[in-house]
Amino acid sequence: MNLLVLDRITRRFGGLTAVNNVSFTVAEGQVVGLIGPNGAGKTTVFNLITGNYRPDEGSVILEERFLNGLAPHRIVQLGIARTFQTIRLFQNMSVIENVLAGCHCRMRTGIFGSLLHTPGQRREEREQLNRALAELAFVGLQESGQQLAKNLSYGNQRLLEIARALATSPKLLILDEPAGGMNEQETQQLIALIVRLRARGLTILLIEHDMKLVMKACDRLVVIEYGSKIAEGTPEEIQRDPRVIAAYLGTDNDDSKN
Amino acid sequence: MEQFFQQLTNGLAVGGIYALIALGYTMVYGVLRLINFAHGDLFTIGAYLGLTLLTSLALTDYLSGFLGVGLLALMVMGLVSIIGILLERIAYRPLRESHRLSAVVSALGASIFFQNAIMLIYGAKYYVYPQDLLPNTPIFILGMPIPLMRILILLSSILMMVALYLFVQKTRIGTAIRATAIDQDAARLMGIDVNRVIMIVFCIGPALGGAAGMMVGIYYGQINFTMGWIYGLKAFTAAILGGIGNIPGAMLGGLLLGVIESLSSAYISMAWKDAIAFFVLILILIVRPTGLLGERVAEKI
Amino acid sequence: MKVPGSVPVVLFSALILAAPLVLDHYWLDVLNSIGLYTILGLSLNIILGHAGMFNMGHAAFYAIGAYTTAILNTQYGVPVLWTLPLSGLAAALFAVIVARPIIHLRGDYLLIVTIGMVEIVRIALINDVFGITGGANGIFGISRPELFGFKLRQPQHFYYFIWLFVGITVVLFTLLENSRFGRALNYLREDDVAAEGSGINTAAYKLAAFALGAGWAGMAGTIFASKMTIISPESFSFWESVLLFMIVILGGAGNIAGVILGAFLVIGLPEVFRDLSTARMLFYGLAMMFMMIYRTQGILPPQPRVYRLDRVGENP
Repeated sequence: MNLLVLDRITRRFGGLTAVNNVSFTVAEGQVVGLIGPNGAGKTTVFNLITGNYRPDEGSVILEERFLNGLAPHRIVQLGIARTFQTIRLFQNMSVIENVLAGCHCRMRTGIFGSLLHTPGQRREEREQLNRALAELAFVGLQESGQQLAKNLSYGNQRLLEIARALATSPKLLILDEPAGGMNEQETQQLIALIVRLRARGLTILLIEHDMKLVMKACDRLVVIEYGSKIAEGTPEEIQRDPRVIAAYLGTDNDDSKN
Repeated sequence: MEQFFQQLTNGLAVGGIYALIALGYTMVYGVLRLINFAHGDLFTIGAYLGLTLLTSLALTDYLSGFLGVGLLALMVMGLVSIIGILLERIAYRPLRESHRLSAVVSALGASIFFQNAIMLIYGAKYYVYPQDLLPNTPIFILGMPIPLMRILILLSSILMMVALYLFVQKTRIGTAIRATAIDQDAARLMGIDVNRVIMIVFCIGPALGGAAGMMVGIYYGQINFTMGWIYGLKAFTAAILGGIGNIPGAMLGGLLLGVIESLSSAYISMAWKDAIAFFVLILILIVRPTGLLGERVAEKI
Repeated sequence: MKVPGSVPVVLFSALILAAPLVLDHYWLDVLNSIGLYTILGLSLNIILGHAGMFNMGHAAFYAIGAYTTAILNTQYGVPVLWTLPLSGLAAALFAVIVARPIIHLRGDYLLIVTIGMVEIVRIALINDVFGITGGANGIFGISRPELFGFKLRQPQHFYYFIWLFVGITVVLFTLLENSRFGRALNYLREDDVAAEGSGINTAAYKLAAFALGAGWAGMAGTIFASKMTIISPESFSFWESVLLFMIVILGGAGNIAGVILGAFLVIGLPEVFRDLSTARMLFYGLAMMFMMIYRTQGILPPQPRVYRLDRVGENP
């Protein structure tokens, strides 16, 4: 069944149409990749899904619920979690606290519980701490709990962002260039992580430029160029699609990654 | 009708003064993205220096008349711009790479320092400018007597603003300033000496502020060490009103604020005069933070 | 859970308790001032230190609280202690109403608006808005607090009252720091886009921080009003806000001990060096510039929270 449906979404900034009439669906349990040249509008599509921008036209639908106009935190509560293209961690806070940020929306303690440390509050803190630790272990960072986020390696910071997103108990995980800045080995580990995430029952939508990762990890691809969708299909189909090849010729592909 | 016209011209004159001070804020914000809280105190320093130069150097005898006042203004502007450059070097340059809040707090610290330094040096009382520096005969416009002083103030402000505008638009240095304001790193890569540009901005802005200080002394006759605070905040409001970072905006905002303030205090209430500027400020920040002529810098997510 | 180092805490508490036995009325009153500013500093710390919102208008909340007490007490005869929660509520309500439209503003713009706010409040008080504020002369004749028939009159009485309040504040706010709410404020401060993207309702928490900080400052206003029995608009100017701002920033934003230290330094030091007090503000200005260049976090930077991470695998 379709978890996420984008129906003819359009977004303009002044005179520029960044996203133009884009439609696609993400079925439950799939890993879908959003690819295209730099500046094509992929991150803008993500921002439209997560509520950071509001579509000028069209709709974003999660499990038959319209997301247009909802605040980003509400969309997270409804089950969509994201990572950012430029890493946005809480750099001066510890690794475990970063993950706890994700737990926040699944907790209920309010200001009075927080001021008075009621038994309910303390129990919830313990439970969520354990949950956060579990997510850290899932991405492989269980040893780093007390470190400051800014002291992690770049690759580990990306993993931490994923752990934080997982802590929100999402149905749909949106990853914006998760392999950005990763070396060969880290990228392989990331691919394995994506496989584990899928085995967990998560649905994943990702933006990536690393073609090896995309071909290996994704069930389907959606190709965006200049704000419009130009192709959609399995990785093999997309690889052979002449329009896609034309769009990529002479642009950003890093030879060493292919 | 006459009352209205008098208030209008008064508002324009005061607005011209606000505009001169506002230009200092807007230019510094444009290149450094910093609100120079100490700018209002540079304006105050200008007022005090003008008086000091006049009286203690016994220049009053030699310096009456338009030429004399003009020379005085140039001296004041020169001195205040030196202080401006020192301010930048000591309080802001070390914080260029730091978090924005640090620079703001440092600016506040500088402002507190200046204001209290003035108080310690000069004392807390009001000082009076000599009244007979310039002739104050009324000029008749449309059959209504407008004080010459008012017209002079307005004209000199406009003159300085036009000069600045031409400077920024037409000269190479002006272009360098605009480039630095748009993107400091790119400007540096293009070979622009960013430190020099910032130094020039801290020359021009404070100079205009200092000139404004002297004008206030001459127009209103009295100065006080706290005037930087209230003028500074109003000028800042003017800069925001026009669009912070936007030079024509600061000019427009200043004139507009002066007129709004003058008309409101005449027709609504005198007691709330100072609060008008705050209301305008808050209103603008809520309704249209980019100001009348400004553009927002969008945050990339 | 982070527990402040126990030895310094016990030592400090002992000194505080012992002070009235050794100090004369003058110095006791200085400590009263320090205590009051500590409460105010801690309340501002919630907004500025934890949530990272540049608030230079905090004196406005202090004023609302003080005037609420003054008006309720002198006009309607409400006993001072009963006005304590009411003042807090009034200040909190005011904060929410004022903050609501401006909460999304970026740092330095928010700063400017808060300055505008405190000045408007002061001008409104001077202009006797609604006819109840007594204008520039303020309100006099506020009664002293009465606890079970015992009237607080002497500096020593107020001393224990104020420092008891400080103690309660420190305990509650320490608990708050180590909770979901406290963390949420910190996430806000670090990166509010990331916080929102992690599922935190940033707008609601920003308002909550303002409401809590304002409410506490309002209650401090009650204490102030009943101690001085006279209040006037001058006590609540922008410069009061600057003092509070400095207490938090210089002492250590986000750190309770830092704020207490800040209060002692900013309020206490000038009393010790009374000859320099006219140049006091001058030194503050220099101190601010100095601190920002050489030690931005303040004297006592915030301590990262420590969690017990050795319980992996243990089922809750």
